[in-house]
Amino acid sequence: MKQKKWPEKWHEINPGCMVFEPGSAHAYKTGSWRAQKPIWDNAKCIKCGVCYLYCPEGCIAEDEKGFYSADMDYCKGCGICAHECWPGAIEMKEEGEG
Amino acid sequence: MAKRIGMEVAIAAAEAVALCNIDVAAVYPITPQSHIAEHLAEIVADGRIDAEFITVESEHSSISACCGASGAGARAYTATSSQGLMYMHEVLPIVSAMRLPVVMGLANRAVSGPLNIWNDHTDIMPQRDSGWIAFFAENGQEVVDMSIQSFKIAEHPDVMLPIVLNIDGFQLTHMVEALEMPDQKEVNRFLPDYVPYATLHPDRPVSMGTAAMPEIFTEVLKAKDEALINSKKTIIKIWKEWKELFGREYNPVEKYKTEGAETLIMTMGSMGETASLAIDELRAEGVPAGLIKLRLWRPFPFEELKEAVKGAKRLIVTDRAISFGGPGGPVASEVRSAFYNEKDRPIISNFVIGMGGRDVTVANFKDIIQKAIKMKKQDLDKYVLYGVRE
Repeated sequence: MKQKKWPEKWHEINPGCMVFEPGSAHAYKTGSWRAQKPIWDNAKCIKCGVCYLYCPEGCIAEDEKGFYSADMDYCKGCGICAHECWPGAIEMKEEGEG
Repeated sequence: MAKRIGMEVAIAAAEAVALCNIDVAAVYPITPQSHIAEHLAEIVADGRIDAEFITVESEHSSISACCGASGAGARAYTATSSQGLMYMHEVLPIVSAMRLPVVMGLANRAVSGPLNIWNDHTDIMPQRDSGWIAFFAENGQEVVDMSIQSFKIAEHPDVMLPIVLNIDGFQLTHMVEALEMPDQKEVNRFLPDYVPYATLHPDRPVSMGTAAMPEIFTEVLKAKDEALINSKKTIIKIWKEWKELFGREYNPVEKYKTEGAETLIMTMGSMGETASLAIDELRAEGVPAGLIKLRLWRPFPFEELKEAVKGAKRLIVTDRAISFGGPGGPVASEVRSAFYNEKDRPIISNFVIGMGGRDVTVANFKDIIQKAIKMKKQDLDKYVLYGVRE
């Protein structure tokens, strides 16, 4: 079933475009904006968490082993994580490439 | 019982707002609005009303504070003038888009440059498309009445839009006029408590001022325009209520001696009083002239304007602003476009008058009407910058 992302017609919009559902921005997946994707090389990763701190989207999370990865539903491919990763453990690769 | 008093109009504006049980006033003083700011601050400081007076550091802050206060469910008021309104510009369409019923008194003053503190309408005209309801007051009584009406109209569930009340700077703000000040009981009977559509409250989460992607932005604009257009019904309804309670009538387009008039002149704001004296003299001299006064600028009263002009040969639109490099005055440009598809439309001429506080006398208005009657067809496309020395 097709999920309704926004009101179909102008008169279905709440006055002032107010949104009563908290955290609804979560439903808007920005991953489709991405042209490049971050690839982690955990052999180089020192688990400092700089990528997690600098990600403007807040889509990088730590796993149970202490390594990091991005939620590709939201990662816009900005490359800030790769730029900030001083051990050079993150590489930006074109979408569609391995 | 309402009291008949003599009072400076800016002071009366503050007194009228004080009768409206406001919660927040965020006002930054600027000539010629300052007396509204000062007097309202005094009323709050004296404890006459239970409201917060926020001493903001600028007009950008005053309108932003009102936006936030209104979002939190407060009845909020601000007032400004000229450069102050220009500084508010960025926030104005946001307040209307968020459908927050902020009320603003605007002491109309010329915008710089060159620096000029006197009256014309060059401050309000650039804000035309900001999505606010815009009223023009002609005298002190109207300033008092419309200040009170504005809260009820703005907050009505069918409206939910901010309102700017245009009050000609000096010509109105600094005049001492005889006026009737309603008492608190009468205002309470007319003006209910503000019941917001939604408020910013941690127990009931709501996002105001959200982003809208291309997929929805067009629909949001349509909803805003429909809200503005539809507000006219409620404005007229509330003006009728006002008449029943207070006996004073308000219409989107006011008519003065328009019956049988071949030539009509249109004014906005305080100039209407002077123009009406010119009409009296012309009528006595046998010239079939009449006056229409545009009270409601947004939403634009298309039907009422067409009805008021019906049967007249000639319509002179006076403007108090210039659209540089464009068609002349912004009001005339809108009036012309309103009549473009009409079969029986009047000959429309445009006189830009009273810029930066230049006086327009009864004799001037008579001269304008006589000049317009004699105007040649080829001159009608051009506006007349009345009184310019050349």
